[in-house]
Amino acid sequence: MGSSHLRPPTAMAIRARLGFVILLLLFFSATLSAALYEDQVGLADWHHKYIGKVKHAVFHTQKTGRKRVVVSTEENVVASLDLRTGFIFWRNVLGKNDDIDQVDIALGKYVVTLSSGGSILRAWNLPDGQMIWESTLPVSTPSKSSLYVPANINVGKDNLILVFGGSSIHALSSMDGQIVWRKELSIDSLEIQQIFQPHDSDVINAVGFVGSSEFVVYHISYRTGEVMQQSKASFESGFCGEASLVFDNLVVALDASKSSLVSISFKNEVINFHQINLSDLVPDFSGKVTLLPLKFNGMLAIEIASSIHLLRVKGANELEFVEKISHPFAVSDALPLSKEQQAFAILQHEESKIHFKVKSDNDLRNEILKETIQMDSHRGNIEKVFINNYIRTDRTHGFRFLVVMEDHSLLLIQQGEIVWTREDGLASIVDSTTSELPVEKEGVSVAEVEHNLFEWLKGHLLKLKGTLMLASPDEVAAIQAIRLKSSEKNKMTRDHNGFRKLIIVLTRAGKVLALHTGDGRVVWSVLLPALRRSETCGNPFALRVYQWQVPHHHAMHENPSVLVVGRCGHGFDAPGIFSIVDSYTGKVQNSLMLEHSVSHIMPLPLTDSTEQRLHLIIDAKLQAHLYPKNSDSLKHFFNEMPNIYWYLVEVEKNKIRGYSLENKAELDTAEEYVFQAKELWSIVFPSESEKIAVTATRKMNEIVHTQAKVVADQDVMYKYISKNILFVATVAPKAAGEIGSATPEEALLYAYLIDTVSGRILHRVCHQGAQGPVHAVVSENWVVYHYFNLRAHRYEMSVIEIYDQSRADNKDVWKLVLGKHNLTVPVSSYSRPDVMVKSQSYFFTHSVKSMAVTATAKGITSKQLLIGTIGDQVLALDKRFLDPRRSVNPTQSEKEEGIIPLTDSLPIVPQSYITHSLQVEGLRSMVTIPAKLESTTLVFSYGVDLFFTRIAPSRTYDSLTEDFSYALLLITIVVLVAAIFVTWALSEKKELKEKWR
Amino acid sequence: MKLALLLFFLLVSNFLPSSLAAPSSSGDGYTITGRVKVEGMTSKGFGVSSKLLNAKIILNGGQSVTFVRADGYFTFHNVPAGTHLIEVAALGYFFSPVRVDISARFPGKIQAALTENRKVLHELILEPLREEQYYEIREPFSIMSFLKSPMGLMVGFMLLVIFVMPKLVENMDPEEIRRAQEEMRTNFLPGSS
Repeated sequence: MGSSHLRPPTAMAIRARLGFVILLLLFFSATLSAALYEDQVGLADWHHKYIGKVKHAVFHTQKTGRKRVVVSTEENVVASLDLRTGFIFWRNVLGKNDDIDQVDIALGKYVVTLSSGGSILRAWNLPDGQMIWESTLPVSTPSKSSLYVPANINVGKDNLILVFGGSSIHALSSMDGQIVWRKELSIDSLEIQQIFQPHDSDVINAVGFVGSSEFVVYHISYRTGEVMQQSKASFESGFCGEASLVFDNLVVALDASKSSLVSISFKNEVINFHQINLSDLVPDFSGKVTLLPLKFNGMLAIEIASSIHLLRVKGANELEFVEKISHPFAVSDALPLSKEQQAFAILQHEESKIHFKVKSDNDLRNEILKETIQMDSHRGNIEKVFINNYIRTDRTHGFRFLVVMEDHSLLLIQQGEIVWTREDGLASIVDSTTSELPVEKEGVSVAEVEHNLFEWLKGHLLKLKGTLMLASPDEVAAIQAIRLKSSEKNKMTRDHNGFRKLIIVLTRAGKVLALHTGDGRVVWSVLLPALRRSETCGNPFALRVYQWQVPHHHAMHENPSVLVVGRCGHGFDAPGIFSIVDSYTGKVQNSLMLEHSVSHIMPLPLTDSTEQRLHLIIDAKLQAHLYPKNSDSLKHFFNEMPNIYWYLVEVEKNKIRGYSLENKAELDTAEEYVFQAKELWSIVFPSESEKIAVTATRKMNEIVHTQAKVVADQDVMYKYISKNILFVATVAPKAAGEIGSATPEEALLYAYLIDTVSGRILHRVCHQGAQGPVHAVVSENWVVYHYFNLRAHRYEMSVIEIYDQSRADNKDVWKLVLGKHNLTVPVSSYSRPDVMVKSQSYFFTHSVKSMAVTATAKGITSKQLLIGTIGDQVLALDKRFLDPRRSVNPTQSEKEEGIIPLTDSLPIVPQSYITHSLQVEGLRSMVTIPAKLESTTLVFSYGVDLFFTRIAPSRTYDSLTEDFSYALLLITIVVLVAAIFVTWALSEKKELKEKWR
Repeated sequence: MKLALLLFFLLVSNFLPSSLAAPSSSGDGYTITGRVKVEGMTSKGFGVSSKLLNAKIILNGGQSVTFVRADGYFTFHNVPAGTHLIEVAALGYFFSPVRVDISARFPGKIQAALTENRKVLHELILEPLREEQYYEIREPFSIMSFLKSPMGLMVGFMLLVIFVMPKLVENMDPEEIRRAQEEMRTNFLPGSS
């Protein structure tokens, strides 16, 4: 009887506990997620590999087995691609100054690259890309150099590779890269144009020009480099420097006036010139003339006024016009089909169609192959084509075309079809921004994603097995597959956590692409017509991309749009280009050529009534142009005009100047949106001792959660938070070069904090013996910068934190109660700030390519620094390690606050590389985007590769991780409920027994 | 540190590639030759060469970049006299940057030291300080870890309540229990009494 009264409370207690424990459980599972586990790779991150715009391509298809194409690109990448799929077998990214001049295959097993203006020759193993040898050629002046790898004349013997450029020829052994011989043809201003080897001979012929009017032929021994024969002749009217080898003894060159061709025949020391007027050859000849390097026997291709003319060379003075191909087009190099036969391809663009023609030298009038394919218009025109042949089953020749398009993409075309496409423009991203996805429409249920409860539970049971390490390898694979193909992350709608977004990138080719953050796929892409080469703009140049319209309250039915700013030419006074692109569809809404130049673009924190963001464009004449040009934006702008201050950093002049805006006196209607700059202040750095190395500011959209920082012993410090802080680092001019060029005594680094409204220098600090390169990041009230310490010969990172002293006495409660505080006084840049600065320096191991800081939606989460290291990895480093209040022995209260004991160098924990075991080759920049979930930041880093992930600097304290096992939770609840009933039944039974007793 | 062994260069670097540096036959600079060695660190089952396939050697923070050859050797040409920094970027390993001094006064004299721990190198043989593990390692399943987890604690607590509590109650004197119940009733329901 007695126990019966107690038991129901026990069961109740269990029930009460249950709720508590579940809470506890949620809490625990949420905080348990630490760094990445290996099986979590690819859940929240993606990594795409690119190579860049292809400059040269060499096919390797002779042998059976893997068919590949070796390419070199403008991003200094040498790569081997699978010819069937376009996948990268291997690639090597050379240094940023190590431009690849040429690539070829030697001995059928080595890829040979010539780079750095003809001074470095490297050989790479064809199957795996391992470097075999490297050779540095003593080239006095970097000049246009070329590589000549003789076709296997004697297979088995050590073939020589010839490198020529300027007046020197080097012959290197293709086995080990040793220089076998070197010939400096001791004639000033000699430009060797071409080296060639007549069939089956040990003599190579080198032809070139001396100065502008002399033509030289050398016969050089292939084995020793001895000059066996040399002949020279001069031509009165001179050459312009372009020449094309037509036969083994005939060169056709352009004369100095570029109006006639000169055929130069040379045989046994006799050189004959024949001048042929172009106007005689080509009907209606006019315009600019260039010779195309065709390397085709008996053929000559000249480009006249952007159309191509094919000429057939019959003899020394007999040229015949064959065909005219109008722009846009591309011509491939010649491809030997057999010993006597050569072929080449002409590609011609006609709106959305591309015509492929392959011609052989036997019959120039007719084509071996003629195909036409459809091409998306957003790839632009053809830039380059490389051809390769294969023998079909019926013993005829088939051709493959490797095509480089205007947007830098790479395509393989075979039998009239596109076999594969690589979007390699993404290797050269110039700028990026983000856009929210559309809101989910009603009627599309989220629940459909989870097919049914049973499937869902089964999935979670599998996951449970996985976490308990009970799963078999098959099941592990199944779990991985379930997680990776989760359709949730790739949907085209906005999600609750703000993980799904569009990253809108602008590439150097002038293409805008939208990437989905879920898997990095291209949602849409558009090659901006305004940024394409045209008659009006010969050299367009993509600059930046900004958010133009973000519908929020007013224009909800409209799609958001981005603004792409470009420049017509590289000079600062070149006219600007504007393009507005719809973020959801990629449609160009508006495109205009500006009448003024673009030297500085300022997105203002103002929008007009249709939520278009106001932008000020500062031109080279220091006039500010307001966009969008409508009266509504003007009205909003006038309200804020007195508060607009801006500055310009003039690195060449070592000057920083601050400006405000004023109305122009004369008010024309056209000039309504133009304002005049009014100089307010200027800071001139003494050019004999300082040179501006880097400037950094806070991100305009950064959100700071709290102004106050509670430190140990209940004290409060007020952060000096100002949007107008500019960090400037200057270095001594002597030490402005690379590391190793200056001694510690010569090197000095000054760090400045400048208020950009008043031009006041808030703080200045000098680092003795330090030099650049400097990388800096500013956030909240702190700056972190990375530089090289020459005395310790290590990299260093310093932190400066600024605190507002004028508010420091607001800690008194009584003052707050009596209203004697100054908390309501607005922070103004005009009032003389009373700031306190704390700083500290630490050693850091690696060179840094780029730095960024995490950004979250509300700014509550603690910050992490993102450091792009020289090894192309991205390291996340807690800001707590860069806290100037760190000391060697923190007190107990400081430890509770989370202050880490001071160490002389910053720790590098391998698990905190957010790129884990991947490399973002050629890393250039990292962009942080706050998610809606406060704990999480999205990180997009780009270089040659793209990498995206999301990180939680203080772990995901506000949501369950994807790993959370709902099944385990359910099972526990079921077991507990069952236990309640069992105990209840047991107690009833016992009670009955007691009563019977 | 001061007692660093002065290394002598060899005039022809190609004969003995393990030498630190050699004045190149032409041009104004010197040649630095070194070797990257990863031995006994193939616990992951990768061969040395395949692991070092992508190892890049970086001079002065990117001034020039070269690659490791199959045998582990690398060379920089035309390096002027002065103090330089060499870094090794190899995925999976942590290499200390190396400070390399090329003396201008005694052409041929070279010093090298790791910047991380100031260890002087007699030969430019670069070895990783440690292997880098980029992933957290999952703890294998064990009874203790399960018991320590919230679920385990909950199950344990439940078992305790079911099996131990009745025993405790049984051991109590029935009189006492009744008294306790009376007390509770009076305490919790003072209005009804």
